[in-house]
Amino acid sequence: MAAEAPPQQTGWLVRLKAGLGRSSSRLADGIGAILTKRRLDDDALEALEELLITADLGVQPAAELTQALAKERFDKQVSPDAVRAALAGTIAAILEPVARPLALDAAHRPHVVLVVGVNGTGKTTTIGKLAKAWRDQGKSVMLAACDTFRAAAIEQLEAWGERAGCPVITRAPGADAAGLAFDALREAQARAADALIVDTAGRLHNKAELMAELEKIRRALNKIDPGAPHDCVLVLDATVGQNAHAQVETFGRMVDVTGLVVTKLDGTARGGVLVALAQRFGLPVFAVGVGEGVDDLRPFEARAFARALMGLEG
Amino acid sequence: MFESLTNRLGEVFDRLKRRGALSEADVAAALREVRIALLEADVALPVVKDFIARVGERAVGAEVVRSVTPAQMVVKIVHDELTAMLGGDSAGIDLAAAPPATILMVGLQGSGKTTTTAKLGLRLARNDKKKVLMASLDVRRPAAQEQLRVLGEQAGVATLPVSAIEQPLAIAKRALETGRLEGYDVVLLDTAGRLHIDDEMMAEAAAVRDATDPVEVLLVADALTGQDAVTLAKAFDERLRLTGIVLTRVDGDARGGAALSMRAVTGRPIKLIGVGEKLDALEPFHPGRIASRILGMGDVVSLVEKAAETIDRDDAEKLARKIRKGGFDFDDLAGQIRQMRRMGGVEGLLGMLPGVAKVRKQLAEANVDERMLVRQEAIIGSMTRVERRNARLLNGSRKRRIAAGAGATVQDVNRLIKQYKAVNNMMKRAGKLGKKGLMRHGLPGMPPVGSF
Repeated sequence: MAAEAPPQQTGWLVRLKAGLGRSSSRLADGIGAILTKRRLDDDALEALEELLITADLGVQPAAELTQALAKERFDKQVSPDAVRAALAGTIAAILEPVARPLALDAAHRPHVVLVVGVNGTGKTTTIGKLAKAWRDQGKSVMLAACDTFRAAAIEQLEAWGERAGCPVITRAPGADAAGLAFDALREAQARAADALIVDTAGRLHNKAELMAELEKIRRALNKIDPGAPHDCVLVLDATVGQNAHAQVETFGRMVDVTGLVVTKLDGTARGGVLVALAQRFGLPVFAVGVGEGVDDLRPFEARAFARALMGLEG
Repeated sequence: MFESLTNRLGEVFDRLKRRGALSEADVAAALREVRIALLEADVALPVVKDFIARVGERAVGAEVVRSVTPAQMVVKIVHDELTAMLGGDSAGIDLAAAPPATILMVGLQGSGKTTTTAKLGLRLARNDKKKVLMASLDVRRPAAQEQLRVLGEQAGVATLPVSAIEQPLAIAKRALETGRLEGYDVVLLDTAGRLHIDDEMMAEAAAVRDATDPVEVLLVADALTGQDAVTLAKAFDERLRLTGIVLTRVDGDARGGAALSMRAVTGRPIKLIGVGEKLDALEPFHPGRIASRILGMGDVVSLVEKAAETIDRDDAEKLARKIRKGGFDFDDLAGQIRQMRRMGGVEGLLGMLPGVAKVRKQLAEANVDERMLVRQEAIIGSMTRVERRNARLLNGSRKRRIAAGAGATVQDVNRLIKQYKAVNNMMKRAGKLGKKGLMRHGLPGMPPVGSF
């Protein structure tokens, strides 16, 4: 996979692998320890299942993956590498259909992207990186600082706007977010921008009031352009556990999430819940975040993710 | 998607239907379910395994008390053990140091350090009457220092003036110096979010720690964290010798298994929990409640406390008198709706009740939410005073007028009237039973407290 990647992508692959490598080395060592000692019997399978659980895959998906493996190779002498490769293959097959980048549709001027998520997942940072990536492709991008709640969220987005070289539409802290979104879309239309990215305040999905406010932003955008927002990105933190299911479900119901971005994959969290999310919701994973730098937003590659998760070289 | 552990164990034991002491086989069957429940609550696997082993030892041979089912017995043992493991009573913030007592806040990116710092600052200033200074050492995230400054302003807590070019260690030293010179009791140091595997950043935090000799090093961690909780807590503890943990976003609907994981691997107490976006939403940690939540049993204690907090005593007594006379009117219903909203709405209430996952789902489908309560209040507000006291007056034309006034439909008004009648009937029955009767029969929809 490294060979197929264009040269400028080597950096991210190395980084992702370094990050995932760190996190998966324990997993890989574990599998090694299980399998050099014995055949793929019940104990070995149970240990495998547990290792998948520690990667946040969830109890049921871990059981299912292990069962699938058992069906094929139970009681056979298998090398640790073969088991890893087989599991990585299965995981990659699950993830393959959801590895789709966020593409701007030139028919929309602007293509409106609403960015949502719980607090602290990295929405503003992701927007900064996304804006930069599109600017590098020569697109005109505008940002709307609709997080009018958190202290200094506006300043944070403005700093990113400066880095990426795109205008940021703001209002005073505490202003109505939906009204701001409305004005921003007007402005972006007037300038015929290629993209408008709308930042929103982080909110826990179980707070009905805050979720209603998000729906209001959506309605405001909808008033100007019935197709807007054309995309709604839910930003997930890789350290999240099984609560990711509730997040995707609720945000999905309220604002029609069209895809996910998974951040902080440069840590030791493995984001294994993505596998279960792919099975259950089938939402595209637009990109992954692998660091704080402006270039640390990368396309999601199913095979690379799966193999790195299992501690295998590209 | 989470099934309550009690229900689950109920099923296991339904098949067994046995009484007397818990046999090894009973316990093993039950513990398989406990294991799944804990893993689904994001408790880290190694911690789950230890826990299961401990509970197993305690449970085998335990007498099942006559009045409880074997399932309840196992749940009680599990709950007790979980509470014990989460750490006896809640531990406070340690300020026993020569002033200014320094508190260092550390954690991953986005765990909520800055907000928590401001909340803690407010808490120490307001509850402990301390003079608090806050300083942000975050020179990496854009506008992070500005964020703390604004929060300080909102909380009325002093922040160290920001200097553009200073490095974290220098800011920390300046904060302590200012703290000493200006007579502050506590200096809170907010740091940049960092990955526990980022050697450079961890070394920076360690340097700040060594230079400032803090009385508390608090790990701020997200209650939504999954299996990685053990790895990160261990790494932070090894590098920075934590003194405690602050768990944030406990107001979310995550089961919060991370609390148990982090407590188990570091041995550090969970000192505080963040329970909302407002600056006063920082509370002491109660092991028993988190234990219930991890087990998916809801939080009956919190519910009772919240009810006690929110429901005005006088109002309650007035209502009780009215009910006895059978004069429960629409004004009283409006009062109840308001109380419900104060307690966090339907969702908030249900979240605290055990075994309501299914009801909750039905409610979500029926669209019973905050907005419905608001609408109902509006409908009552559109009634005349006479109508509110006498539901029988409400004929078709009055209903149409009320609906128009409240921006609702006649069907909405009808639904409210139906609901009013149901509540009224229930209240009348309850009134006849008297206080004792209510206790004996339990409130509808609420299991008797102490059923597990």
